Amino acid sequence: MTKALEIKNLKKSFGDLEVIKDVSLTANQGDVICIIGSSGSGKSTLLRCINLLETPNSGEVWVNNELIKMRKDKNGQPQPSDHLQVDRIRTKLAMVFQSFNLWSHMTVLQNVIEAPVHVQKIDKSRATEAGLELLAKVGITEKADQYPSNLSGGQQQRVAIARALAVNPDILLFDEPTSSLDPELVGEVLKVMRSLAEEGRTMIVVTHEMGFAREVASKVVFLHQGCIEEQGTSNQIFNSPKSERLKQFLASNLKG
Amino acid sequence: MMDFIGLLAFGDTGWGDEMLKGALMTVLVSVSAMTIGLIVSVFGTMSKMSSNKLVRGIGNTYTTIVRGIPELLVIYLLYFGLNNAVMGIAKSVFGYNQYIELPVFFVAAIAVGLISGAYSTEVIRGAFLAVPKGQIEAAKSVGMSRFLIFHRVLVPQVLRYALPGLGNVWQLTLKDTALIMVTGLVEIMRQAHIGAGSTHEPFVFYTTAAFLYLILTTVSSQALNGAESWANKGVRRA
Repeated sequence: MTKALEIKNLKKSFGDLEVIKDVSLTANQGDVICIIGSSGSGKSTLLRCINLLETPNSGEVWVNNELIKMRKDKNGQPQPSDHLQVDRIRTKLAMVFQSFNLWSHMTVLQNVIEAPVHVQKIDKSRATEAGLELLAKVGITEKADQYPSNLSGGQQQRVAIARALAVNPDILLFDEPTSSLDPELVGEVLKVMRSLAEEGRTMIVVTHEMGFAREVASKVVFLHQGCIEEQGTSNQIFNSPKSERLKQFLASNLKG
Repeated sequence: MMDFIGLLAFGDTGWGDEMLKGALMTVLVSVSAMTIGLIVSVFGTMSKMSSNKLVRGIGNTYTTIVRGIPELLVIYLLYFGLNNAVMGIAKSVFGYNQYIELPVFFVAAIAVGLISGAYSTEVIRGAFLAVPKGQIEAAKSVGMSRFLIFHRVLVPQVLRYALPGLGNVWQLTLKDTALIMVTGLVEIMRQAHIGAGSTHEPFVFYTTAAFLYLILTTVSSQALNGAESWANKGVRRA
């Protein structure tokens, strides 16, 4: 198995608050890792440390066996030492956000082709063609020339997924992609994510959707107060949880 | 009524052409001042949003002083200050001892420009802060460089958020130029003053001045409305 992502001894604090306390995690190619845990357990922060939207205080992040190089600034705070490397690696780690974060001054199609054209310097007509294919894949072709504000939350999130796919990433990061959606719109986003998992895409998904984690995840990680409390296959985690905290968490999250 | 028309006739007998020339001067000073103000505000915004304390301090001092004292005083200070500064430099560097007077237009445009720039700085800074942070994170997450984020994501939206405020600044700038009559530059206000003094018909001249200002502000606010709706594409209206 080829390692797609490796996190070693990652720590992150905000001021005095230690949010991530020494987490290590490996994702092989084709893995779908679901990170679950209650609010404040550090799930999103962990995910955001992977593509350096948050700068970890210590630890290492390896993407495709390449270490993201860090250095200490004059205040002793770690900073990425090579911004070009970070920008390059980020295209390998496209992210889907809880609040979609589409660029509101661009149409749906413009959102999707922005990075291919301007970051990856792909010819605009080719990028457009590929972008329309991606929009078809997430089932939203007819909205290509609309602005995001005219779309429902579920549609916006599917566009955001197409935008992430457009840079042809090796790993997709999902940060609670359905948490700000109306219940009836959750299904359409999960369906797209399922189909991506079936294609064999490597995905790291922070989620509250236990049903999705149970059916799709190849590995489930339960985070509690900044530490990995328990991890295993979805069968192990959901059907024979060992730790008390995980049992409690599942009891309160698996109702219905 | 005949009086009114006679006074404002064009040619040698009336003041109509003089008043129009004044209006042209007002437009020229306003446009120059607004341009200077916009350039200043780009630096002002960068400075106020800088992570460097000293640079931030300079930006804050500028907007605090200029917005904190009356505009007329800013104009006086610059009018005398700039002249003195230039004469000082001429004397110490070139040993030139004569009295120098800077072109009034130049001083007026800089003075009003600095006032306009202080307000534009606040408008543009506010517009930067109005761009949702998530959109910047999304840009980072697909590997966009700082430069790309700036000119593909930030600038187009800053323009949208800033336009209504900048329209406001433009109207203020246009009206602030009335204050530069104290420097002797013949714009609408100065011309009205001259006309009123020599004909003893102040009401006629000041009414005319008011109309000229109204025409200028109305026409330009129409143009700004057009610009706003262009910049607001993609924004859903409530």
